[in-house]
Amino acid sequence: MAKDNEKIIQQNMLKPDGLNPKVKYSIAAVLLALLLLGIWWLEQILPPSSIIFTVLKKGAIYSLIAVSLNLLNGFTGLFSLGQAGFMLIGAYTYAVLTIPPESRAAVYMYYDGGIIDFALPVPVAMLLAGCLAGLCGFLIGLPVLRLKSDYLAIATLGFAEIIRAIVQYDKLGPITNASNLLRSFPVFRSTLFPFIVAGLCIAVICLLINSSYGRAFKAIRDDEIAAEAMGINLFAHKEMALVTSAFFAGIGGALLAMFQMMVQARAFTSAMTYEILLIVVIGGIGSITGSIIASFLFIACSEWWLRFLDEVQIINGFQLPFMRSGFRMVVFSIIIMFVVLFYRKGIMGTKEFSIDGIYKFFRRLFTGEGKKPKEQKGGGAA
Amino acid sequence: MSENILHVENITMQFGGVVAVNNLSLDVNRGEIVALIGPNGAGKTTAFNVITGVYEPTNGRVDFCGENMIQNYPKGKMAKSYKGENLGLYKNSISKTPDQITKLGIARTFQNIRLFSGLTVFENVLIAKHMRARQNIFSATFRLNYKEEQRMRREAMELLEIQDMGHLKDDIAGSLPYGIQRRLEIARALATEPQLLLLDEPAAGMNPQETQELTDFILEIKNNYNLSVFMIEHHMDLVMQISNRIYVLDFGSLIAQGLPEEISNNPRVIEAYLGVSDDAEN
Ligand SMILES: Nc1ncnc2c1ncn2[C@@H]1O[C@H](COP(=O)(O)OP(=O)(O)O)[C@@H](O)[C@H]1O
Ligand SMILES: [Mg+2]
Repeated sequence: MAKDNEKIIQQNMLKPDGLNPKVKYSIAAVLLALLLLGIWWLEQILPPSSIIFTVLKKGAIYSLIAVSLNLLNGFTGLFSLGQAGFMLIGAYTYAVLTIPPESRAAVYMYYDGGIIDFALPVPVAMLLAGCLAGLCGFLIGLPVLRLKSDYLAIATLGFAEIIRAIVQYDKLGPITNASNLLRSFPVFRSTLFPFIVAGLCIAVICLLINSSYGRAFKAIRDDEIAAEAMGINLFAHKEMALVTSAFFAGIGGALLAMFQMMVQARAFTSAMTYEILLIVVIGGIGSITGSIIASFLFIACSEWWLRFLDEVQIINGFQLPFMRSGFRMVVFSIIIMFVVLFYRKGIMGTKEFSIDGIYKFFRRLFTGEGKKPKEQKGGGAA
Repeated sequence: MSENILHVENITMQFGGVVAVNNLSLDVNRGEIVALIGPNGAGKTTAFNVITGVYEPTNGRVDFCGENMIQNYPKGKMAKSYKGENLGLYKNSISKTPDQITKLGIARTFQNIRLFSGLTVFENVLIAKHMRARQNIFSATFRLNYKEEQRMRREAMELLEIQDMGHLKDDIAGSLPYGIQRRLEIARALATEPQLLLLDEPAAGMNPQETQELTDFILEIKNNYNLSVFMIEHHMDLVMQISNRIYVLDFGSLIAQGLPEEISNNPRVIEAYLGVSDDAEN
C-alpha cells in the first residue's frame, strides 16, 4: 500500500498539474463521507432544535437553488429572474401530491378536502416537482429564447409574479388551497436528507457542466456568434440550460417545502429570487463551489450570526440605539453592498475550490516553488 | 472546369436605406483559393455574413454544393424601399441559421477574433466537435457517450498537434498572443470538418514575416484537408501569392474579377483600392 502511494506521488511530481484522478476521486469520496458522518455526529450530540441544523438544512437547499441559477447566469450567460417561480411550482407540486388523503380534509378545509384523494411516494413527487418546473421553463423559453437580448429576464420575472397569483386564485382552491397554506405532507427530520438530495443534484449539474453540453453552454456564454458558427444550435442549447435550471430549482422548492413543513405562495416573492441572485454574485458567477460556500455564509448570516442585532440590547441600563427588529436587515444589506463593491468577482471568481487546488496550494507551500499561494484558493480575487 | 462549391447569385443586402452589398454574384470551385478584396466598408464582411446565415439577404440566392441554401426577395416594408436590382427574380424564401450552415460544411473565422476567450485552447477546438457527436444531454451528462467523448477529445488533440499548438492546450485562449489566436481560430474552424473555409482578414495586424507564415499555413491546410478557401484579405502579397482568382468589391458592388495578374493591372482596381490601401492600412 505505502509503496503504491509513493509511486503515485512520484508520478504526480513528474506531472506538474494536478493529482491522479483516482486519488482525487478517492479523496473527494472520503471527504464527503466525513462530512455526512460529521453531520450525523452533530445530530447525536446537539438538540434537534439547534440553530446549526437550521443553517445546514437551509444552506444545503439554497446551495442547490443557487447552483441551478448559476448554471444559467454563470455558465450559459442567460439572465433569469424566475427562480422563485420555479421553486414555487416545485414546492406546490410536491405538497399537493404528497399530503396523505386522511389529512386532506383538515388542510383543504375551505374546499371540501380538495379534489385529489391520493398521495404519491416522496421520490416520485419530488421528481414530478422538478419536471413540472422544467416544463414551465421550457414553455417560457419557446418565445423568448429565440430573441437575442435579455428578454428572458423580463419573461421569467413576469412568470414568477403571475404563477404566484395563479396559485392563489380562488377557483384553483381545490388543488392549490388558494391563499391558504399547505401542510401535513411528509417532511424530513434529519439534516442528512437535504444534504444528500442537494448533493446528488449538484453532482449531476457538475457532470453536465463538464460534459460536451456544458462546454457548449460555456461557448454560448463566451461568444454567441462564435458558438453558432461552431454549429451549436443556440435556441436548443439555451432551452436545455433553462429546463435543467428550472428542474433543479423545482426540486429545491420541494426541499424548501419540506424544510418549512408548510407552503404558502405568498413567500415566493421576487425578493427570494434576488436573495439567490445575490448568493450567486457573492459566490462568484460561474463558480459552483462559490455558490455553495456563499449559500451557507448567507444563510448563517441571515439566520444566525446577525440575529442578535434584532434584539433590544440593554447594557448597564442603557439601551443601545438602533438595536431593534429589522436592524439585522440593514446591517446585512451593508455587508452585501460591501461585498459587491469590493469583491466584484465574488468570493471565488470563476475558480473552483477543488482537491487539485488544495493539493497544489500545499505543495507550493512546502516546496516553496510558488510565488503567491494566496490566489490558489481564490480568496479575495480583486 | 472543376465542380462548383459555392455559388452566390445577385445577392443584395440592404440595411434600412443602406445598400451594403449590391447585386453580388460570385463562384468558388472545389479546391480553389478565391480572394475577395476591396476597401474598408465595401461590404466584404457583410457578404460573408450573408453566406454564413448571420444576415438574411434582401434579395438573391446562395447555393452550396449545388443545393440552394439561401434565397430571399424583398418583403413587407423592404418591398417598397428596395434599391437593388433583379426585383422579382426570386420567389422563394429559404433561410438557414449559422449553425445549420456550419453543419453543411462551411466554416468561418471572424475579422475581430471571436474565440471563447475564457476557455482553454483545447476546449475551443473541442467545442467544434460537439455538433457532429452522436449524443444527447442525458448520455453526455451521465457519461454514456464515453466513446464518443474520447473520439472528440482525440480528434481535437490530433488537430492541435498537427497545428503545432499541442503544448498550448491548457492555456486560456484569451491570454494568447494575437498571431496564435488567429491560428487557433482557423484550427477551430477546421475542427468543424468543413469543405469550404471562409477567412475574414486572417492576416490583419500581422507583420510581413507572420503574414508569410500564414500564407504557407493556408496553403498547407487547403491541401491537407481538401478545402476550398474563400478569403477576405488586405495584404496584397498574400492575396497575389495564393489566390486562384480574385473578386474586387467597392461600395457593395463588384468592380472587377479575374486572375491575380489581371487584377493587379486593372486600372479601376488600382484607382479604387490598390492605390490607397498602403496608406489606409497602417
Ligand atoms: N448590421 C448592419 N446594420 C447596418 N449597416 C451595416 C450592418 N453591417 C454592415 N453595415 C454596413 O455595411 C457596410 C459594409 O460593411 P462591411 O461589410 O463590414 O465592410 P468591409 O468588411 O468590406 O470592411 C458598412 O457601411 C456598414 O456600415
Ligand atoms: Mg470587414
